[in-house]
Amino acid sequence: MLPFLAEAATAVASSTTSTPVHSIPLQWFLIVSVALFAVGSAGVLARRNALTVLMSVEIMLNAVNLAFLAFAREWGNMHGHVVTFFVIAVAAAEAAIGLALVLGIFRHKKSINLDEMNALKN
Amino acid sequence: MFLASETAHAAAHVKGLLGPTIGEGHSADLLAWVVLLPLIGAFINGVFGKKLARSTVTTIGVGSVLLAFCFAAYEVIRLAGLPDGDYLVVNGWTWFDTHELNISFSLMLDHLSSVMVLVVTGVGTLIHVFSTAYMREDEGYHKFFSYLNLFMFSMLLLILGKNLVVLFVGWEGVGLCSYLLIGFWYKDMEKAIAGQKAFIANRVGDLAFLIATFILLFYTHGSVDFVSEGGVQSAVTHLQGAGSGGDMTLLVICVLFFVAACGKSAQIPLYVWLPDAMAGPTPVSALIHAATMVTAGVYMMARMNPLFVASPTAMTIVAVVGGTTALFAATIALVQNDIKKVLAYSTVSQIGFMVLAVGVGNFTGAIFHLMTHAFFKACLFLGSGSVIHALHHEQDIRQMGGLRKKLPITNITFFVSCLAISGIPFFAGFFSKDEILFNALTNEISGGGPNFYAGITGFIAAACTAFYMFRLYYLTFGGTYRGDPHVYDHAHEETAMTFPLAFLGVLAAVGGFVGIPHLIHDAHLLEAWLSPNFGWLAATNGGPIHYSHDMVAELIVIGASVAIGIAGMLIARSMYNRSADRLPVAPVDAGWHRVLTNKYYVDEFYDLIFVRPLRGIAQFSYKVIDVGIIDGIFVRGSAMVVGLVGAGLRKLQNGDVQAYVTVVVVGLATALLFAA
Repeated sequence: MLPFLAEAATAVASSTTSTPVHSIPLQWFLIVSVALFAVGSAGVLARRNALTVLMSVEIMLNAVNLAFLAFAREWGNMHGHVVTFFVIAVAAAEAAIGLALVLGIFRHKKSINLDEMNALKN
Repeated sequence: MFLASETAHAAAHVKGLLGPTIGEGHSADLLAWVVLLPLIGAFINGVFGKKLARSTVTTIGVGSVLLAFCFAAYEVIRLAGLPDGDYLVVNGWTWFDTHELNISFSLMLDHLSSVMVLVVTGVGTLIHVFSTAYMREDEGYHKFFSYLNLFMFSMLLLILGKNLVVLFVGWEGVGLCSYLLIGFWYKDMEKAIAGQKAFIANRVGDLAFLIATFILLFYTHGSVDFVSEGGVQSAVTHLQGAGSGGDMTLLVICVLFFVAACGKSAQIPLYVWLPDAMAGPTPVSALIHAATMVTAGVYMMARMNPLFVASPTAMTIVAVVGGTTALFAATIALVQNDIKKVLAYSTVSQIGFMVLAVGVGNFTGAIFHLMTHAFFKACLFLGSGSVIHALHHEQDIRQMGGLRKKLPITNITFFVSCLAISGIPFFAGFFSKDEILFNALTNEISGGGPNFYAGITGFIAAACTAFYMFRLYYLTFGGTYRGDPHVYDHAHEETAMTFPLAFLGVLAAVGGFVGIPHLIHDAHLLEAWLSPNFGWLAATNGGPIHYSHDMVAELIVIGASVAIGIAGMLIARSMYNRSADRLPVAPVDAGWHRVLTNKYYVDEFYDLIFVRPLRGIAQFSYKVIDVGIIDGIFVRGSAMVVGLVGAGLRKLQNGDVQAYVTVVVVGLATALLFAA
């Protein structure tokens, strides 16, 4: 189907002798990461419910985390881990603030439908 | 008499220059003050005049010009003590300097400009004195004197400029002052328009002046000085050695300079502004539009005499236009009924005589007539000013008559000036006009014969002059009064007016004796004085013009011109010197009378071929180009395009964050796709 999938398949096939930890090639992680990111993006762009959108954002962040960790594992250093910790911290803050905002808006408008939030217009 | 300049000319020949000998310059500090004093006067009266007392304004206005006259006289006396061909000079500063061209802002007093400077400051002083009475009631008193002084400054700069560029500064300055003073009573629309007409007609000439100067610059060697080896004369030498192409260039330059002179000196076809210029206060008409500024064109041509005589064709054009103008304007003056209009057309006619003189190579005669004309025409204009002032601004001679007893001094001076302008012996105009007519009929410029056309038109014009001047005189001062008797009872003269009149009257009577014809006495004082400038022209000195000294011919010319002068005077006397009920009724319905009264319909003709098409073009530019294209397409069109684009784009800003994010994501994805 795709060249890199074919490569991955060959890598899996040929990794029987290597250690199990390294048996999953980088591309596989990345494919999952991209898929997760796409799912999250679709949620952010398409859903009308603010809570769902916030959750979708979390998915996107975690997709990125996965990519970082995959690279960290690939290169054998800790850089990806460091960034991931930061992302998790930021994501926690974001979730807190995001939920507070949604709550505030709900109190104000009795709705969390994003289509009704067009104060940026004009 | 020509001995001195003969040897000098030989020296000039060695240098290979065609023109008067170039002498040495001597520095003269007072000369700068001659020019600066009127400027200072103009500045003080113009800026502080409103707060100053009238007497102070008068002192500054008149005093600055009087002092300039004294300084000028002192410098002229110094000049007289120098060898022929030498001149006084004030080296100012370098105005601009490219490596090929060096123009300095410098002044120069030579024999030619000395005559002009004395006439201008002398007559100018008298007219300033006259103005103190004439303008006394006017609220713009200080403004008037400021303008007059500014005019004197510009005129003196024009006369004393050492090169063409400085002359041109003065040339433009006098044009500006003329405009300001014609429209002095600018609240009257007609007068304001007359000022504009003068300015626009002059612009045509000024443009020609500039183009001629630029062409000349190509052929000079580093300057446009009148007297220096690299100046104007070097261009003439250069072009005369350049074959037929050079002759053509010379002709073009001369004709362009002549067009400039036509504008300033009111010759056909640009004379139309001068009669209208009479809208200005009468002292202005006397100073600017009779005595000084309008003769600037003649002075300029005399100044450029090496250039003009180098092109016989140009000389013929000048002579023919001058003669035609002299006759043309004289015939119009025959039937005019406004006292100042008669004098205005008379001025056009008399300047035609001067131009004619230039055209036949009689430069001395041109300057001579310029000088005598300044005396008698200034006197006539001031006389008319005295009459107008006495009659509460009545200018129609049909409403005058019998003023002889009421205005005795005006009457005498006016009469003397009429005699002078008509060429009655032995008043000033007699000598100058006869010299011009005699030269027109006998001079032979190398390559051509005597200019009979100019001579004949000159003669007829002289006859007309005598008639219309005495018609004017008798209608104004002779017979009985025809206007409002109440005005007549209050008519009187003023000392500040009669003093300048008397002065000018005396000059008009005896001013001609500086140029007694050879016939009577050999020493033509003015000719001797001007020989450093014009002496080289004579064939006896190796110049291009053959001057006749035929006594019999001169006697015939004098006899004929005196005869027609006296005849014109007597006819006018018999027709108009009578009481109101016996005045001849002009055949107003006759075709020729109507043509003359309407000034040959020249104004209407110009209106048809210049003014209306120009207005048409202006309307087109306004309606189509300005409103349609510039306003419609460029200004409003661009605004409309921006508006439409904005209206389209604002739909994108819908406030929906998700839509924005969609754009961002799609855009980023696309960018990444291409980057990969």
